[in-house]
Amino acid sequence: MIWALVAAALAVALVVVVALPFLREPAPASDALHELGPAERRLLEAEEARDRALAALQELEADHRAGRISDEDYRAVVGSLRRDAAEALRALDRLGARPRSAGTSDAGAKID
Amino acid sequence: MAELGRAALLLTLGLSAYALLAGGFAAWKGRRRLAHSARNALIASFFSTLVAALVLVVGFLRDDFSLRYVAEHSSRALPTQYKFSAFWGGQEGSLLLWLLILTGYAALAVWLARKRARDLVVWVTPVLAGIALGFTWLLVAVSSPFDVAAAPQDGSGLNPSLQNPYMVIHPVALYLGYVGLAVPFAFAMGALLSGRTDERWIVATRRWTIVAWTALGVGQLLGAHWAYVEVGWGGYYAWDPVENAALMPWLAATAFLHSVMIQEKRGMLRIWNVTLVSLAFCLSLFGTFLTRSGVVTSIHSFTKSSIGPWFLGFIVVAVVFAVGMIWLRLPQLRTTAKLESLVSREAAFLYNNLLLVALCLTILWGTAWPMVSEAVRGESVVVGRPYYDFFLRIFGLPLLLLMGIAPLVAWRRASLRGLVRTFVWPGAVALATGVTLIAFGAGSSIPGLVAYSFAAFVLATIVHEFARGTAARRALTGEPVPTALSRLIGRNRRRYGGYVVHAAIVLLAIGVAGSSAYDSVAEKRLTPGQSLEVAGYTLTYRSLGERDGPNATEVRALLDVRRGGKDLGTVEAGKNSYSVEQQVSNEVGIRTDYLTGEDLFVIAEQVRDDGAVFFRVFVKPLVNLIWLAGFVFVLGSVIALWPDAREERRLATRYASARERSDTPATT
Repeated sequence: MIWALVAAALAVALVVVVALPFLREPAPASDALHELGPAERRLLEAEEARDRALAALQELEADHRAGRISDEDYRAVVGSLRRDAAEALRALDRLGARPRSAGTSDAGAKID
Repeated sequence: MAELGRAALLLTLGLSAYALLAGGFAAWKGRRRLAHSARNALIASFFSTLVAALVLVVGFLRDDFSLRYVAEHSSRALPTQYKFSAFWGGQEGSLLLWLLILTGYAALAVWLARKRARDLVVWVTPVLAGIALGFTWLLVAVSSPFDVAAAPQDGSGLNPSLQNPYMVIHPVALYLGYVGLAVPFAFAMGALLSGRTDERWIVATRRWTIVAWTALGVGQLLGAHWAYVEVGWGGYYAWDPVENAALMPWLAATAFLHSVMIQEKRGMLRIWNVTLVSLAFCLSLFGTFLTRSGVVTSIHSFTKSSIGPWFLGFIVVAVVFAVGMIWLRLPQLRTTAKLESLVSREAAFLYNNLLLVALCLTILWGTAWPMVSEAVRGESVVVGRPYYDFFLRIFGLPLLLLMGIAPLVAWRRASLRGLVRTFVWPGAVALATGVTLIAFGAGSSIPGLVAYSFAAFVLATIVHEFARGTAARRALTGEPVPTALSRLIGRNRRRYGGYVVHAAIVLLAIGVAGSSAYDSVAEKRLTPGQSLEVAGYTLTYRSLGERDGPNATEVRALLDVRRGGKDLGTVEAGKNSYSVEQQVSNEVGIRTDYLTGEDLFVIAEQVRDDGAVFFRVFVKPLVNLIWLAGFVFVLGSVIALWPDAREERRLATRYASARERSDTPATT
């Protein structure tokens, strides 16, 4: 009997947890999910492209400086990486994004 | 207490069904409160499952034999630690452990990702809930650990092979790996369901994948060591179906961890990545099916059961769902980025992926073919060690070499001249190693020689990498070597953690090659006073003794060990006779040389009443490097997993900007 009571108490507690969003907001102004709209998704993808391009450029510079990449290979690749980075930044400008903050720049990674 | 356990599992069933249905509906219709409620239900299902698990643990610790599962897997004399591990000694407990880990992972994953990828999490919730629902259904309707019967005076005891310290931790580690692969799978499917095929599912699951992959790797090594010290046949891996079952998802996850870098760096291989993550998860289900269904005979499988068809159905649903979703989203997954050169890092990673997947699929074929043959043709066939060894050499040796090459090739394209310059030193080290080994008479095994030369090449590239990076940092900052080295690693944890993991794989390869290609074996029936010689060791059988253990009678043969005229002490080998279980187990004797990593491994195959013993003795060079590899592997994984504050800031900025914009229209 005692275990049946414990089970009932557990069930009640868990049902309350499940119902919590409705108990907290019985009549919200909006019940719509905060989904990304097409513009936000384009912005997110552009930011991913920017981060990818800048990280690739940074890694190439670091590899070249550490001697992993030969001068010849460096010269063959750096131009296209810079073009990609510039294009990604221009795309973000067109979408009106904020610039990448100074706190997220990565000077230390230049020496790995 | 059984009713509390049953009620808790029924609650998990209800909660996961609600999370699946309400979560799916909320995601489809965009209902915020319902989505949060479904997420809460998924989190709550962990707590109800935890209660069920605690009930079973208490049942074992209190010798509650009215629980049929406890009566069948424990006894009063069973030592307490094995009463605890008897929890997963049978099918029902194993399934409950699977469910407990799954709901735990699910609760943590959706909670941690709720801010950065909230539109993704609403779709991830029903996927994880669907998986949890399947397992809960098995536990409630097919194979319950809370069935009760009239309590016998004592239980049947636990299989003696499971009465080993490794069995306390090995299954848990393995399940943490198997089940952990459900998280990246669920996020991948969530991304496909929602049509959000950007990088967020990869960012959200990067660490989960490494955690699951590490646990699966560690679980396999623990299982190998358990087989080595407990099963008593002189080896650690026998290409047993259940062993293969854990190796296959690990190989697929390894391929995924590499290919995902190409998506992050170049935006390529999106279709391939969701395919790999689905393959890894489906193989983890297949692994559980092999272990739990009783369809294969294995030293690791302790179950005969009727859940096989349910599991097969589960696997079919997962495969059809994954293939259907990938097919549906193909247009969004296609990318414009192309492979620019066959000599580039992405190309090298691609070769690595093809080799890993080829190895995985050949192992799958070797594992599944006996079952397929028996089911379709009614003929039993055995796919033996030569098949697996052949493909391990064909695919494994090039993989080993690629581990040294791939990290040092430039992205996009690299010139052959640049490559030659980069690899001149590692190549010279590999060549010198090969020549030295031949000079010392190690040319008897060509695969072993090639493996050692490639291993030397990879180790040289890794050491060179650390040395070069540290020197470059010192040149710029003037830091002392330890500071420069630690900051070098701290600045790029994934890269240097990856190198440490590669070093672990090299140690593993050296240990496997040494212990399998260059081992020695001798067999002889000895009476007290007689000796046996093997690989420079002389073993003299001194005496046979008997003693009482906690729940077994232990018979031990004592042998004196000498080498080169030097006394190396004694080693004991024998058998344990378990009275409750009515079984006998081999208890091997192992003498480890910590300086060379070599083991002297003694099996007392037959113990006769007149005191004569038939011994089988192995000398296994370098075998301990395999176990050392486990520690290095964990170290590398921890380095790669450790949070990177700069990376976190960058991602926080990226996602905060998108979130702020998405919040604006919804709240106005």
